[in-house]
Amino acid sequence: MATRTEMIEARRPPDMRRGAVGWLRANLFNGPLNSMLSLVAIVLLTMALWPLAQWALIDADWLGSTREACTGEGACWVFISARFETIIYGFYPDAERWRVDIVLALMALLIAWLAIPRLPAKRWVGLFALVGFPVLAFVLLLGGHFGLEAVPTREWGGLMLTLTVATVGIVGSLPIGVVLALGRRSQMPLVRSLCVVFIEFWRGVPLITVLFMASVMLPLFVPTEVEFDKLLRALIGIMFFWSAYMAEVVRGGLQAIPSGQEEAAKALGMGYWRRMGLIVLPQALKLVIPGIVNTFIALFKDTSLVLIIGLFDLLAIIRAGLTDSNWLGFATEGYVFAALMFWVFCFSMSRYSQYIERRLHTGH
Amino acid sequence: MQRSSSTERGPLWRDPAVRALVIQAILLLALLGFIAMIVTNTLANLEARGITTGFGFLQERAGFSIPQTLIDYSGDSSYARTFVVGLLNTLLVSGMGIVAATIIGFAVGISRLSSNWLLAKLAAAYVEIFRNIPLLVQILFWYFAVLQALPSPRQSLSLFEAFFLNVRGLVVPAPEPLPEFSATLWALLLAVIVVVVLSVYARRRQTRTGKALPVFRLGALILIGLPLVVFLITGRPLSWEVPALTGFNFKGGVTVIPELVALWLALSIYTASFIAEIVRSGIQSVPQGQVEAARAISLPGGVILRKIVIPQAMRVIVPQLTSQYLNLTKNSSLATAIGYPDLVAVFAGTALNQTGQAIEIVAITMAVYLLISLVVSALMNLYNARTLLKER
Repeated sequence: MATRTEMIEARRPPDMRRGAVGWLRANLFNGPLNSMLSLVAIVLLTMALWPLAQWALIDADWLGSTREACTGEGACWVFISARFETIIYGFYPDAERWRVDIVLALMALLIAWLAIPRLPAKRWVGLFALVGFPVLAFVLLLGGHFGLEAVPTREWGGLMLTLTVATVGIVGSLPIGVVLALGRRSQMPLVRSLCVVFIEFWRGVPLITVLFMASVMLPLFVPTEVEFDKLLRALIGIMFFWSAYMAEVVRGGLQAIPSGQEEAAKALGMGYWRRMGLIVLPQALKLVIPGIVNTFIALFKDTSLVLIIGLFDLLAIIRAGLTDSNWLGFATEGYVFAALMFWVFCFSMSRYSQYIERRLHTGH
Repeated sequence: MQRSSSTERGPLWRDPAVRALVIQAILLLALLGFIAMIVTNTLANLEARGITTGFGFLQERAGFSIPQTLIDYSGDSSYARTFVVGLLNTLLVSGMGIVAATIIGFAVGISRLSSNWLLAKLAAAYVEIFRNIPLLVQILFWYFAVLQALPSPRQSLSLFEAFFLNVRGLVVPAPEPLPEFSATLWALLLAVIVVVVLSVYARRRQTRTGKALPVFRLGALILIGLPLVVFLITGRPLSWEVPALTGFNFKGGVTVIPELVALWLALSIYTASFIAEIVRSGIQSVPQGQVEAARAISLPGGVILRKIVIPQAMRVIVPQLTSQYLNLTKNSSLATAIGYPDLVAVFAGTALNQTGQAIEIVAITMAVYLLISLVVSALMNLYNARTLLKER
């Protein structure tokens, strides 16, 4: 045991200086180790950021429509702008692109409406977003009814396909996940074990093998005469896969609700579905909103995997553009742009999740 | 069902036990019907397409070559051998990725808590950038934008004239052990055993007498020192075969294929951003009062970190860390996008295309990943049970 025999020497009074120098001293140069770390970080940062800025912004080529516009000194963003339409719409027919525009605009409006807490009528807008909007989007995008020209899914692509896959995945996996989570806590042994097996199976295998299964095995499961759309098969796989993850997130919320809540509801004579729907689930789902949004982010990122089974999502369209013989050698620009697009979506989702978490944190 | 009087207990459909039975019976029937439908459909489809069933194909000749094999393999090998080669490649890249991701992740996670503003912000930027970009984009970026842009073998980037980096991969010197080298390996094994015994003894001694041994320093000394001494005594029986440029390619040394490098980089960097967050939340989960209490009994800073903070943080970190390791292993299946010969690429890719036996091959592939997941989860549950907070 350490025992002091002499007095501790008096220390200098704490540094009360404010301002830039005081801040620098407190945050970057307090002590030799920190000063050294800061210096190394500053040197590395300038060494990395300056060439990057030079490549991506200063020396970059922005204007033009052909390869001749690329001077080759910095990034050539003409590669992106020349095929921007394809990146958004894929191979969707030119004349019909207004339909995609409507769906995308409506989707942006709905998301904004639901995301901004001040706007009224959340319940009805939410109901429309979950039920009405998918039907409307389906009719508009696929066509074939109401005098709209049919556009088969193999002509879908680009950002539009990425958003379709993500939306269907999100809208589909959440309800299935909730049902699975409830089933996993059921008193009935058969229901419970079925749910456990289902969840653990999907969580144990990589999404790629699920997509492989959806693309090569699923057609074998249905009668020969049934034509199974490739996109639909991928969507089914993605929905099941993510519903298992969603179920585990929701289960975490269900476990956090004290059993007294359910017992009180029981004492009032409520049946199972009313107990769950009115008492337990609203509290549980509110608790796990951050987890749900994190699953959405993971789902959104993993939509890029449909590239491997030959669907042309955002990433696949850009990759296909790289093999164009007129535009060889622009891999860096292409992938940086793809990364940026995905990053913007995922980063805003994660920021929104943090915001909502703070907002809902009412304190107990 | 025991029912004394139906008037007292209400009608049959209100009885929860009866209802549960009926629901489960219906569910079971529906499930069986569904399975039966799938099986009949599949059998009919297979017959219509003329695909054979069963696992006999595993013994057949595969007839394709694989760019990276850890065991002997040639075009004459069987599909079973292909499977093993793919599995080993998956395990190789997963193992390498786990080590690198852990190192980067811990460094970044601890940096995020640093009092140095710049370092903390840099670490935060790292996490926010790499966590929000799909892994597949990162893999393609490293492979097509970085590694494919490297110079040809003749203009290789070289380090000490021993390591060469070019468009065909990374060429490193290959170790060539002489027969006497086995003594060093035995010494290493002995050192490991000694260290294990030592740590057990140290723990017992500490519980008995309260005196601690410097196990970490002693252990490191034994682990490094003993093999090194044996190595020097036996006359340094290890030489290195340095790669040399002959014609258009390198001869000698070991070539690490660019697919492996790209996949390894992407997997480590991506997973490290998640591990960093886990480490940060783990360290933050230790209540400040623990550190203050340790300071109050005047424990030195290093001991506080090693004996108070880290053990408690590990309880939070380890389970999440394991699930990240599992994710990394599963994500390594994205190898197929750049052609790294992992299990999915060679077995569920090439072998499936050649034999057409989709059901068997996809089932085997899924079973392998499922088995890995279940084994690791079982181990994790054991760990959780052991480190559970003992409430008194």
